[in-house]
Amino acid sequence: MSGILVHALGFAQLCFVLAMLLATYRLLRGPGAQDRILALDTFYINGMLVLLILGIRSGTTVYFDIALLIALFGFVGSVALGKFLLRGEVIEP
Amino acid sequence: MTLETLPAWAALPAALLLIVGGLCTLIGSLGLARLGDFFQRMHGPSMGNTSGTGFVLVASVLVSTALADRPIVHEVLITLFVALTSPMTAMVLMRAAIHRSGARRNPE
Repeated sequence: MSGILVHALGFAQLCFVLAMLLATYRLLRGPGAQDRILALDTFYINGMLVLLILGIRSGTTVYFDIALLIALFGFVGSVALGKFLLRGEVIEP
Repeated sequence: MTLETLPAWAALPAALLLIVGGLCTLIGSLGLARLGDFFQRMHGPSMGNTSGTGFVLVASVLVSTALADRPIVHEVLITLFVALTSPMTAMVLMRAAIHRSGARRNPE
């Protein structure tokens, strides 16, 4: 039983880092602005998951608070950018 | 108790959930990078993010419950938040893409 969880943690972390690289590729290349916003959305979710893996590894709860904050601000940023594309301004009078 | 000496009832399901979650997220991001159209690309991350976050957080609940010997469920908050907000982001982006591509004009 020794170490199967540690190996699984390493595998999941590798998967998330590869997913972040793919999102970076789409962020740099994406033909439209909406592609870039979608790539940014994927990117911050994957970064949050890497932080969660670090939290499981270290056994402290600080990483979960950071992950919650990243989820919160990433959502606000994505919706603001999408609203800007949709209406031309973020907060309408 | 450390991660290496975790009991098997928590270590095996947590490892399985971590592997499945990582693969789901990787496949979703691969779809984001590989598919041809924006409206096709939309599907990959929506699947991968929600299911990957769900699996990883269930694994995290298992591990921290086994480490502390009492139920710890505050990670569920992140799952709930991501599951609530990911469809909203997808919907706003989809409407923006339809608006920008000019596919739906008002007939009046």
